[in-house]
Amino acid sequence: MKTEKTSAPAGTAVPGQAAPVDAPAAAAAAVTAVDPRLLVREQGFLGYWTELKRKVKAGDLGSIPVVVGLAIICIVFQSMNSAFLSAENINNITVTMVATGMMAVGIVFVLMLGEIDLSVGSVSGAAGAIVAVLSVNEGMAEWLALIVAILSGTVMGALHGWFFARLGAPAFAVTLAGLLFWLGFMLQILGDSGTINIDGDGVIGKLTTYYFADVAAAYGLATVVVGLFFVTSFVGNRRREAAGVPFRPMSDLVLRTVVLAVVSYAAAVMYNQYKGLPLAVVLFLVVLIGTDFLLRRTSYGRKIFALGGSVEASRRAGINVELVRISVFAIAGTFAAIGGLFWASKIAAANQGAGTGDLLMNVIAAAVIGGTSLFGGRGRTWNALLGVLVITAIQYGLALEGIATPVQYMITGGVLLATVVIDSVTRKTQRTAGRA
Amino acid sequence: MVHVSATPVLALRGVSKRFGAVQALTDVELEVHAGEVMALVGDNGAGKSTLVKTIAGVHPIDDGVIEWGGKSVSIHKPHDAQDLGIATVYQDLALCDNIDVVGNLFLGREIKKRGVLDEVEMERRSRELLSTLSIRIPSVRIPIASLSGGQRQTVAIARSMLGEPKLVILDEPTAALGVEQTAQVLDLVERLRERGHAVILISHNMEDVKAVADKVAVLRLGRNNGVFDVKSTSHEEIIAAITGATDNAVTRRAARTGAESAEAENVEVKK
Repeated sequence: MKTEKTSAPAGTAVPGQAAPVDAPAAAAAAVTAVDPRLLVREQGFLGYWTELKRKVKAGDLGSIPVVVGLAIICIVFQSMNSAFLSAENINNITVTMVATGMMAVGIVFVLMLGEIDLSVGSVSGAAGAIVAVLSVNEGMAEWLALIVAILSGTVMGALHGWFFARLGAPAFAVTLAGLLFWLGFMLQILGDSGTINIDGDGVIGKLTTYYFADVAAAYGLATVVVGLFFVTSFVGNRRREAAGVPFRPMSDLVLRTVVLAVVSYAAAVMYNQYKGLPLAVVLFLVVLIGTDFLLRRTSYGRKIFALGGSVEASRRAGINVELVRISVFAIAGTFAAIGGLFWASKIAAANQGAGTGDLLMNVIAAAVIGGTSLFGGRGRTWNALLGVLVITAIQYGLALEGIATPVQYMITGGVLLATVVIDSVTRKTQRTAGRA
Repeated sequence: MVHVSATPVLALRGVSKRFGAVQALTDVELEVHAGEVMALVGDNGAGKSTLVKTIAGVHPIDDGVIEWGGKSVSIHKPHDAQDLGIATVYQDLALCDNIDVVGNLFLGREIKKRGVLDEVEMERRSRELLSTLSIRIPSVRIPIASLSGGQRQTVAIARSMLGEPKLVILDEPTAALGVEQTAQVLDLVERLRERGHAVILISHNMEDVKAVADKVAVLRLGRNNGVFDVKSTSHEEIIAAITGATDNAVTRRAARTGAESAEAENVEVKK
């Protein structure tokens, strides 16, 4: 939840500090309506600390576990092998994670409803097969094949959604059927050879192999991101101030901007040490910013949150429950297909193994590890980024050490279990703290 | 009492509703005027909830006429009722626990600016609305899950007020609330009346009915069993109408023996 500077509680109101001077009368009246029992964050950086402590006690951990986990992963693997935190390795990790990450973004949407989509792996494999068959076997232009493949994913997802929303079949069972069906579909269209190689220099190949080698690209992107963040927050804050509703203090805004700037420029410096800024990462960031905006700033996103909270309340509020459900599964299918294309790009082929194995589990684990609740109604698409970073970092770290796949599975499984336990426990704590 | 207009906001004429073999409502009549709180009472299974649901458009009526402002209207789905200006606050609060107060107040009718949620405007209006209704909650930006039962109920009622409805239906708003919270909700009901809304209040609690209602309509076994003026009717008379005490073994015996049965019968049965 957002923390805000609320004007001093009514009981202890200091004249001149109770409300911004230019606040309309209604806002001034509203200030007196503030419950004196409400804990108001103190100003300044000490306020952050006490606020944080209170949040943790109330079970509102947010991204803390995953950030701590990521730090531990970095320290452990770095101590084992100094190549782990090299620019090359980090660059590779962030490019590889995009395929799984894109799919995890779609899964976040489904998890927000408190549902599950088990078909994303197969859908991604099918999308990769479709693009390979169309562009290589049928000679279709690559960009066109790409669009057809993505739209196929949308249709597959919408179909699952239709069976779930319209006919009331459990999403778990419908998407399990989808998992099998689309796997068979992929094997069928791949034909006897089972593998179709994709031109590494084509549009699809470029998805994961293109780097903006010019150092200005990474720095430019970092500057644009930080600048946009500051300007939008600043303008939003001014509007809140003008409307007489609580707003963040300037120090808060500056602190956030500085943190973002440090992370952005560190990433830019790192990318510029090896090959440059990867196209895949830029596309992933665009998707994350876009979906975050969709979820938190549009009425469509609000409907998804509402459905995750209470289906009955949503229905009574006039939300078209069926339509939202179908569209959410369509979104999951779309991002599964996009992930499948990145996967095909990464291995420069569509093969029988695509979308199988541990991919599905990694996708769901990424969304959950990032902090999306399995119980619905809580999550952000940025969670997909954090979660997929953790999973891919573990895979790369273990691979650097030459540790075999079986151990990788066990460790990823352990991480997922830990995350689900944290989710369940924080949910319990939140219930008792009244913040479920 | 506040000024009561001549034409009722809502009038039900001979409304009937069947569910399979069950005749849930039979020829029910009801009139509600602007600035009037009409309590709807009756035992469990008397048809209160069904009646409310027919008005709210959840269950379309089988027979009879619903008049809105004097004109006959047909209400087939919840949306029809909302469009007319009927807001319903259900017993099981229709709020989303994970969304904050502002989000819940505006759920399904968000204010947008160029396609984007206008959180600032929604927050400003929420504060305005809550302060005009004198609702005190810790913050409009905390999730509903953090609020007490009474606070949730007041938020649910406030939510119904956003569309400026002509008629507000409250389904047992004080059930499961503490003393203080009940008082808050009753205050809110009075404020709705002062602002000229017509209110239908379903309640099992006679204290609440006596406290805020202007009239009491009693349902018994899906039929009208009298409409009483709260001020001039005793508690016992209403209870008698609810339980059908005017028609039981005791009164029947009293009538047979020719004793003073008039006392118990002294109830205005049907109009």
